[in-house]
Amino acid sequence: MTHSKTIGAAALAVLFASSVVISERTASRQTRSDRIVVTYWEKWTKDEMKAMKTIVDRYNASQSRVFVKMLSISGIAEKTLLAASGGNPPDVAGLWSDQVCQFGDANALVDLTPYAKRYGIKPSDYIPSYWKDLIHKGKLYALPTSPGSSALYVNQDLMPPEYNTPKKFPKTLSQLDRLVETVTVKKNGKIERLAFMPRSGFGGGSWPYLFGGALVRGDKITVNDRDNVRAWTWVTSFAKRFGMAETQQFQSTFGVTSSQDNPFIAKRLACIMEGPWFANFIRLYGHETKWFAVPMPYPDDRPDCAGYTVLNLNTLMIPRGAKHPDEAFDFIAFVQKQNNMELLCRLQYCNTPLSRVSEEFLANHPNPYIRVFDALARSPRAVGRERTGFLNQIQAEVSNAVDQMDLGQKTPQEALDDAQRRLEEGWQKYQKQVLGT
Amino acid sequence: MKRHAAMVGWLFALPWVIGSLLFLAYPLLASIFYSFTNYSVLRSPRFIGLDNYRELVHDEVFLTTLKNTALYTISAVPLATVIAIALAMLLNTKVKGMTVYRTIFFLPSLVPMIALGVLWLWVFNSQNGLLNESLRWLGLPTPNWLDDPTVARWTLVIISMWGCGNAMIIYLAALQDVPTALYEAADLDGASSWLKTRHVTLPMISPVILFNAIMGFIGAMQTFALPYVMFPGGRPARSNYFFAMYLYDNAFLFQRMGYASAMGWIMFVVTLILTLMSLKVSSKFVHYEAS
Repeated sequence: MTHSKTIGAAALAVLFASSVVISERTASRQTRSDRIVVTYWEKWTKDEMKAMKTIVDRYNASQSRVFVKMLSISGIAEKTLLAASGGNPPDVAGLWSDQVCQFGDANALVDLTPYAKRYGIKPSDYIPSYWKDLIHKGKLYALPTSPGSSALYVNQDLMPPEYNTPKKFPKTLSQLDRLVETVTVKKNGKIERLAFMPRSGFGGGSWPYLFGGALVRGDKITVNDRDNVRAWTWVTSFAKRFGMAETQQFQSTFGVTSSQDNPFIAKRLACIMEGPWFANFIRLYGHETKWFAVPMPYPDDRPDCAGYTVLNLNTLMIPRGAKHPDEAFDFIAFVQKQNNMELLCRLQYCNTPLSRVSEEFLANHPNPYIRVFDALARSPRAVGRERTGFLNQIQAEVSNAVDQMDLGQKTPQEALDDAQRRLEEGWQKYQKQVLGT
Repeated sequence: MKRHAAMVGWLFALPWVIGSLLFLAYPLLASIFYSFTNYSVLRSPRFIGLDNYRELVHDEVFLTTLKNTALYTISAVPLATVIAIALAMLLNTKVKGMTVYRTIFFLPSLVPMIALGVLWLWVFNSQNGLLNESLRWLGLPTPNWLDDPTVARWTLVIISMWGCGNAMIIYLAALQDVPTALYEAADLDGASSWLKTRHVTLPMISPVILFNAIMGFIGAMQTFALPYVMFPGGRPARSNYFFAMYLYDNAFLFQRMGYASAMGWIMFVVTLILTLMSLKVSSKFVHYEAS
């Protein structure tokens, strides 16, 4: 080896060694070697992550035994499942309530019931519909972080005077239909603005519940029951009324929720169903928009369906095989304290999952209509997650059925009958293969 | 001394050997076993014989994804081959600044698939997209590229052409290997440009065409990232639901790793058979210099 080659090889070796040391230091900057380190995976990024970091920092400052190390992880559900199967999961996983049943069925979660008992956490501490979403087969598998409930955001400037306040806004679907006729703008056969599109916004797959339907009842799949067919007929009536091709083209202009191309922010839709967090997106991308939020109108013949809302719930779970479950729960219990929970929910523009709510939280919340969302979350018509681990398959089939209706390939009855048949077959297999029954 | 040299050789190859055994051979063999089991990742696998394979034959969604994948493959691969050869021929001419052109045409194939998917969503947006705005300006019809099932599958085929830079580079290398003596002989015989292409260029690069076609075919059968980003759930109405997407959903969303493993092996066997068939058929069309 020549002299210069030797120097080159040595330089490379030094570079490699120093990069290993630097990267290791960077990765472990968050950790504290004098404490038990609880690894916490969270799905959030940006502002939501920052808000949770505030709570994590509060916890880390509150005591000297445990240190929570929070990491933002993409594709968190799949990664948590695989990490648990590999025997090296995080101590805390910030998943959605959607995963409670699925992961519970997969035996991937630690039962939190004894921990909750030890810390004095009771069902009555939470709004009932949210608490229901944390339980599967009698076991408590998660505790909440920030939740959501959906309400109708209305662009005040686009409303005719007879509808432009929460009080005057339609209460029933037939009144909403009249509003749709008034507000919709079409030019040269092209839709320029619609009052409302049921498939846009949050909770677009839950319309059956507005008509008293349900996707699952007990352990039965019911995607094609009468009320569901009625709901989807109502949803597809919008495309039929304005032309299927025209509606498709119009919908293709809709950008992502958190952008200025969001159809509501871009003034393409005058009303949209969204959660309380949407007020933050309006502030960021359309701050000049004058808006208010109201409950979704109900079918004229079903006044009992008033108060319809779709719930969303972020949760903390302890995956099976976690190395520090006791310390992990200590952190989870810390988040459940009213002052911490309210701070997190306020920073994330959400309502609270707790049954007790302070006047200070409601009065100083950045979403001026937070009382509407809070009341809806407490409504008996609040729609939580379907209590089955088979949810992903149900959502995939229903979404395909709705596509077929939208495209005019099948009537709602035909499309839902097909979905029902496939789901019943799949459900049997799921019970046999995943549940082992 | 020989023994010592062999030992040193093995020692150097050891990281690769260990890596291959751990990360290639083991998962491969394990997936064969899992394909005969009920396996939901977190519960122990339970042997069920050929049940997964039997179920696949009757699975409507599986057959739909097979059909979609086959249609995409037979449309995208030949088109990409023609375009890559045409581009390579153009870039093989002696024009000033050719290296710059070559780089420009190769660059798109380096763009990550996810970024590409988001970019194309904007280009193909039926109301405000760049493509439809241009078509509208020219007074041409403006299809609904993303939401009309009959059009949406062609949208993906068109987009797949974006990445033909890799194949183009290989064709370019092959074109530069064609002996000039053959062209000179053809010139002496009075052959036109087309005849030279047909009887000299194409036969001389035919082994490379075969190689690229097979690689493109295997890649197309495994199409995943672009449709996953652009058409979530294979929408509209599963018209863009591909085999690899359904495999992923079964493995990670539906917790049916055993079933997904069976799907993977079916795809492997189908790909292997079709590759062997094309190798067999190609003996009539591919010209190897050595033979």
